Amino acid sequence: MSRMLKFKIKRQDSKESSPYWEDFTVPYKANSNVISCLMDIQANPLNSKGEKVSPVVWDCSCLEEVCGSCTMVINGEVRQSCSALVDKLEEPIRLEPMSKFPVIRDLAVDRSRMFEALKKVQAWVPADGYHDLGPGERISPEHQHVAYKLSECMTCGCCVEACPQYSKNNDFLGAAAMNQARLFNMHPTGKSLRKDRLDVLMQAGGISDCGNAQNCVEACPKSIPLTESIADLGKQASKQFWNNLFSS
Amino acid sequence: MADQRVIIIGGGLAGLAATMKIAELGTKVLLVSFQPVKRSHSVCAQGGINGAVNIKGEGDSPEIHFYDTVKGGDFLANQPLCKDMCYHAPFVIYLLDRLGVPFNRTPEGNLDFRRFGGTLHHRTAFAGATTGQQLLYALDEQVRRFETRGLVEKMEWHEYLGAVLDSEGRCVGATINNLRTGEIRSERGDAVILATGGPGLVYGRSTNSMVCTGTATTSAYLQGAKYGNPEFIQIHPSAIPGRDKLRLMSESARGEGGRVWVPRKGGDERKPKDIPEAERLYFLEEKYPRFGNLVPRDVGAREIYDICINEKLGVHGEMKVYLDLTHKSREFLDDRLGGILEIYEKFTGVDPREEPMEIFPAVHYSMGGIWTDFESTDDGFINHQSPQNQMTSIQGLYAAGEADYQYHGANRLGANSLLSCIYTGLMMGPGVVNYLKNLPQAASEMPSSMFDGDEKRWKDRFSEISQMSGSENPYALHNELAEAMISNVLIVRENEKLGATLKVIEDIESRWKNIECVDTQDWTNPVPSFVNQLWNMIQLSKIITMGALQRDEFRGSHYKPDFDLNQPDDFDPADYLEFEDQKFNGGVHKDQFASSHLDYMERFEKNNENWLKSSIATYNNGKPTIDYEQVDTSLIAPRPRKYD
Repeated sequence: MSRMLKFKIKRQDSKESSPYWEDFTVPYKANSNVISCLMDIQANPLNSKGEKVSPVVWDCSCLEEVCGSCTMVINGEVRQSCSALVDKLEEPIRLEPMSKFPVIRDLAVDRSRMFEALKKVQAWVPADGYHDLGPGERISPEHQHVAYKLSECMTCGCCVEACPQYSKNNDFLGAAAMNQARLFNMHPTGKSLRKDRLDVLMQAGGISDCGNAQNCVEACPKSIPLTESIADLGKQASKQFWNNLFSS
Repeated sequence: MADQRVIIIGGGLAGLAATMKIAELGTKVLLVSFQPVKRSHSVCAQGGINGAVNIKGEGDSPEIHFYDTVKGGDFLANQPLCKDMCYHAPFVIYLLDRLGVPFNRTPEGNLDFRRFGGTLHHRTAFAGATTGQQLLYALDEQVRRFETRGLVEKMEWHEYLGAVLDSEGRCVGATINNLRTGEIRSERGDAVILATGGPGLVYGRSTNSMVCTGTATTSAYLQGAKYGNPEFIQIHPSAIPGRDKLRLMSESARGEGGRVWVPRKGGDERKPKDIPEAERLYFLEEKYPRFGNLVPRDVGAREIYDICINEKLGVHGEMKVYLDLTHKSREFLDDRLGGILEIYEKFTGVDPREEPMEIFPAVHYSMGGIWTDFESTDDGFINHQSPQNQMTSIQGLYAAGEADYQYHGANRLGANSLLSCIYTGLMMGPGVVNYLKNLPQAASEMPSSMFDGDEKRWKDRFSEISQMSGSENPYALHNELAEAMISNVLIVRENEKLGATLKVIEDIESRWKNIECVDTQDWTNPVPSFVNQLWNMIQLSKIITMGALQRDEFRGSHYKPDFDLNQPDDFDPADYLEFEDQKFNGGVHKDQFASSHLDYMERFEKNNENWLKSSIATYNNGKPTIDYEQVDTSLIAPRPRKYD
């Protein structure tokens, strides 16, 4: 018999229902990743006992680790399932939804809190308009290197899943949103909102809630220097604190 | 007039650009997306965005960009639109720069530009090798800004099912499926824009994201909208094979000096680095000394097919060639191509900075799409105030981005898609707002009976799908459709196989009725939605295949060897202009041209009379028909393409 791959998948039928584990076996095929195996389950939705079950629900889109959609916890580690090659995973391969977000169904979770955080830190350039105003300011290649790295964040959730401070019961902004605040604070025109952003970061749920565990930077699939971003914002915030104190 | 709003379907570059422009003009937008807009397929675009800024002092200009685009598309694109797009391209890049896109820079701090396919100029602005992602993020941020001001309302995790049409056939809203609750509702909108991208999933595995089913545009076609040039599907020369998808390896790898080669001797199993230079065949450089590795994609994909299938020189005897960057420094590569090289390394385990990559051609982009209109000015540009711009053949229903058909002709140039998406989204804004101003009644004031019918129709449809209890698994059936399309409607097309494929598709269509809806839950059940999408993919695959079958010629990405005009190797396209000129002025001086050239030019001219036309598919009484429509070639005279 050809080789079979074993999966243990933590499933949950709805937001309120209790989770349960279900085992699946999938025929081994070369060059498989976790997603191609989930697709095999879709095309033949039987569990390991041979019972017909509903196919596993998960989110995915680009399948090349640039959209952030397919994040889940695989063998205890948070990562994108598209770039999780089964040849490199121990069996049984355990798939779980991220724990820091409400489960929608099976491996799909609701990450809207991360997008709301981007609103709070006003992660945008306040452009005058979308008509022809010529090019932006000149920017050195050194500045671009730093900005580009920060801008690669795909709001996937790995950093906050790994963070001991981020929980369903608090309103911590998390590393991803703070990193965006740093990105726009260093932009030639984005920095006009710097003070507003820092004011938000100095409130509850902001920088002071970071416990400096440094898990975020380890978990980031794009190797974004998240702890550096938080430290940098910390410095900006203390300056602002003293400025606020003396100008009030 | 009472409150009006525009419904925009799709949050990729075209949808977001339209959203921010229309919101800027003060009109409310309801933005509907299958997933959070920040995850849209535009993030997969890698290499860059074209605009003739002439930063390198090469004498580049929008007019040359326009010419390259039209020639790249084998003259099948409507020219005033291409012209207007290319002339606005530098502005689009400057705007993105102002919005914070971290474009790569020159030492002086200017925007840097690199080479891309189908041009001899450095015309492509880029942010590493994740330009699409960076552009999408900049627009996403602007739209989020309007969201906080209440001008934009987002409905993410919702799917467009169809347009709501009034008694005169005008679009007054859209029926939307909530992918979480399964609730189906018709939303009122004074205009609806489909910015829903391409249909790569018709081919199963492609470079497209999993959401790219083409289902929204197909739904418009099934409701009576014209669909243009369905058979023109771009095959990208360089992708990485994968079980779940074919990951793109950007053309920018060649733009930055990557070289494509195969061992000169078939079956040479030495490691690529052990094969000496003299025993490597750089087949693109040899055959196309001027454009080399940067020939347009249709040419590149065909040459790879030829070298692997006809010459049997593919790497490991497979449909694969080497793409080699190992002669470049790590630092250079990480700065300019980091994103894609990391992807290659992650998915194959091989470091492309040390070993040549193994790549092969994959379905990438649809030049065709929903037919859309435009209004040109006397000097060959577009009147940006016209409500006709980007309007489909259904009044009030618009399309933009990859969803429409008219910017790239028979073959798109690399880095023109990010441009066409953002350009159309911005360009169409004022016209759509003008359309709203001229409406006799706001959708919000219309009786609810106008919307109830469609809502019920779609509810019934989904309830029927949910109860399907046949024996076909919808995902397995999709794999079969994809297999038929990949095998027969790809780089090389033959009428016999195309005819047989239509029969296979019809068989799959009848088996669709015997599907089992394999998930019966009410909450967050993706299966009914997929079953509906599969129906639409079947309908779309029919017109892709029919279009290919009917078009008996070779143009751009549509290659039929039986109808190749066989351009003589030593032919100069300028001769054709001279030939046409002489013809216009009374008669051809036949002694001036080699007789083989003369024959070729006669064949070329005759072929254009027959086929320099857009294919227009329409759906009537459950059946597709394909007719043909003139292309606006008023600005650049069609001529044979040549890249060597």
